[in-house]
Amino acid sequence: MSADGSILRLENVTRRFGGLVAVDEVSFDVRRGEVFALIGPNGAGKTTLFNGITGLIPPTSGTVVFDGADITGLKPHQVAVRGIARTFQNIRLFDYMSALDNVRVGQHSRMHAKVWDAVFKTPLERVEEREVEARAMQLLRFVGIERQAHNYARNLPYGQQRRLEIARALASGPTLLLLDEPAAGFTPQEKVELMVLVEKILDQGITVFLIEHDMKVVMGISKRIAVLDHGEKIAEGSPEEVRTNSRVIEAYLGKSA
Amino acid sequence: MIERVRSLPVWFRANSRNPNVIVYTCLVVGVLLYPTVVQFVNPDQSITLINTAADAGVFVLMAIGLNVVVGFAGLLDLGYAAFFAIGAYTYAMLASGQLGIAPIHHAVHLPFWLLLIVAVFVAASAGALLGAPTLRLRGDYLAIVTLGFGEIVPRLFRNLSAWTGGVNAISAIDSPTLPVWIDGPWDGAPFGIVHNLKFTVFEPVAYYLLMALLIFLCIIIVTNLQRSRLGRAWMAVREDELAASAMGVNTRNIKLLAFSIGAAFSGFAGCYFGAKLSTVSPENFSFLVSVTVLLMVTLGGMGNVPGVIVGALLIYFVQYKILGDLPHWVNGIGSAVGLPTTTVTKLSDLATNLNYVVFGLILVVTMLLRPQGLVPSRQRQEELTKGTHGGEVVDMRGAA
Repeated sequence: MSADGSILRLENVTRRFGGLVAVDEVSFDVRRGEVFALIGPNGAGKTTLFNGITGLIPPTSGTVVFDGADITGLKPHQVAVRGIARTFQNIRLFDYMSALDNVRVGQHSRMHAKVWDAVFKTPLERVEEREVEARAMQLLRFVGIERQAHNYARNLPYGQQRRLEIARALASGPTLLLLDEPAAGFTPQEKVELMVLVEKILDQGITVFLIEHDMKVVMGISKRIAVLDHGEKIAEGSPEEVRTNSRVIEAYLGKSA
Repeated sequence: MIERVRSLPVWFRANSRNPNVIVYTCLVVGVLLYPTVVQFVNPDQSITLINTAADAGVFVLMAIGLNVVVGFAGLLDLGYAAFFAIGAYTYAMLASGQLGIAPIHHAVHLPFWLLLIVAVFVAASAGALLGAPTLRLRGDYLAIVTLGFGEIVPRLFRNLSAWTGGVNAISAIDSPTLPVWIDGPWDGAPFGIVHNLKFTVFEPVAYYLLMALLIFLCIIIVTNLQRSRLGRAWMAVREDELAASAMGVNTRNIKLLAFSIGAAFSGFAGCYFGAKLSTVSPENFSFLVSVTVLLMVTLGGMGNVPGVIVGALLIYFVQYKILGDLPHWVNGIGSAVGLPTTTVTKLSDLATNLNYVVFGLILVVTMLLRPQGLVPSRQRQEELTKGTHGGEVVDMRGAA
């Protein structure tokens, strides 16, 4: 843990796609134990930034520091092993696997069974499988969908799929959880439930970093917010500060005449 | 133990509608009874029939292996016969006089049982070797590269004639031996103990049982794998490679492992094939073999081990029995109806020529009636009966 309490630090992170600068010299810190939100109009580069952090599309330049170590350019699975888990804006579950198996896959990197253990069902494998199943069930209960354990992920209702994605992400035992628009398409009731769930995740000592469009959700749960517009960070601060920031208002509502 | 025996009928009643349980039960009973039944029903043909069943087993092994690659991990491999060739040549080179005439001038005769394991490792290594540079490709591109590999390997064996005998093939390959064997009605002989049994195709029960044992072993291995951390990772990669990697799955290694383990089963099959046929030639490993095995997997039920076994047995039966006998049938029917001899000959020639047309028709009809395969996995079943979500483009999950 770094001295200032930051768990994730972005330093001048830039991502170019040909001539387009999707993320432009963005820097900020996410502090341990907080809910940090990233907001901005569509196409501002929020998801690109998430992809940069998790190694799916590495940044063109700049550094990503996680837990005091430089993780820029690491492969996605290496980033996951270090303790960053994520969900996706357009849900990416393993459709033709049961909800339980989805969460089991989430625990993949925490498991130790090798090929031989699997082939011969060694005691190590059996014990581990039992633990993994128990933990997967526990996580499904945690997000409130344990009754769907044996259904295919694709057969779950939309809201439960989002919850399953969170359970799967939590399964890897992260210290930082990235949620990409977790409330998209939710009813007001579901949004409230989501906020409760985020609080519960926070209580487990997991830092939450989320992208969200719904201002009620963002303002309700985030401690600090950064705002992206056209790939640039235009503001950062407490919900109150961001709400009253003139550049933010301009980005969302356009310049007043 | 007694508890278990008592609960067996209960278990069976509970599972009697599960197609996988039915298939496995039929297979076990069928495999055990087959040699004896054949002796009584058709004693003249019994040797041929048992040999045919043992040969079909080679394809069952390969189908089980290819299912790991295509069915579990969703990687389309069109060059699977290459690993079969590598397994067969491993045995052929190390258990015959071949290396005596090769540049090292020293024949090697290692025992079958050891080479069975060696062949598995050699094939698995070849799988890893091929996989390493190619597995970053996906779908069609991977299929093309594996297709190339499938063509290269047999050619390599043909052209390295100083070592492999080239087109002349390697022959007089050692047969497996066993210190003790029990004779009985399944061999068409009275009960008795045989010492130093040498496997021969004239008393094929030993080969038959060896194959049954190999398949049994492979089913256990592959089922264990399917239900393990690895099996789940394979399926995750098949479903969504990107999400799998974000969940901490090292997708490159996992795919490599699928390729390698799939190849390993083919190593088993190849080693057995070489030993039983006693001759290994580059002609045995054509593209047709790869395609046939892929058909077995697809038609049987991709991703479902019992389904794949049924597919393998059925296609083998159609290809080698029905199509093989077709000209005879035509001949018989023609003569019975009283057609002139020249016409009958023409018709049976036509039947020979149309072999693959008939084969193709059988395949087309089966796939139209049961696109999910004969004994489908739950996943395939849902995919094809319910369709995919909201107009999303149907990806073929490696089935192409």
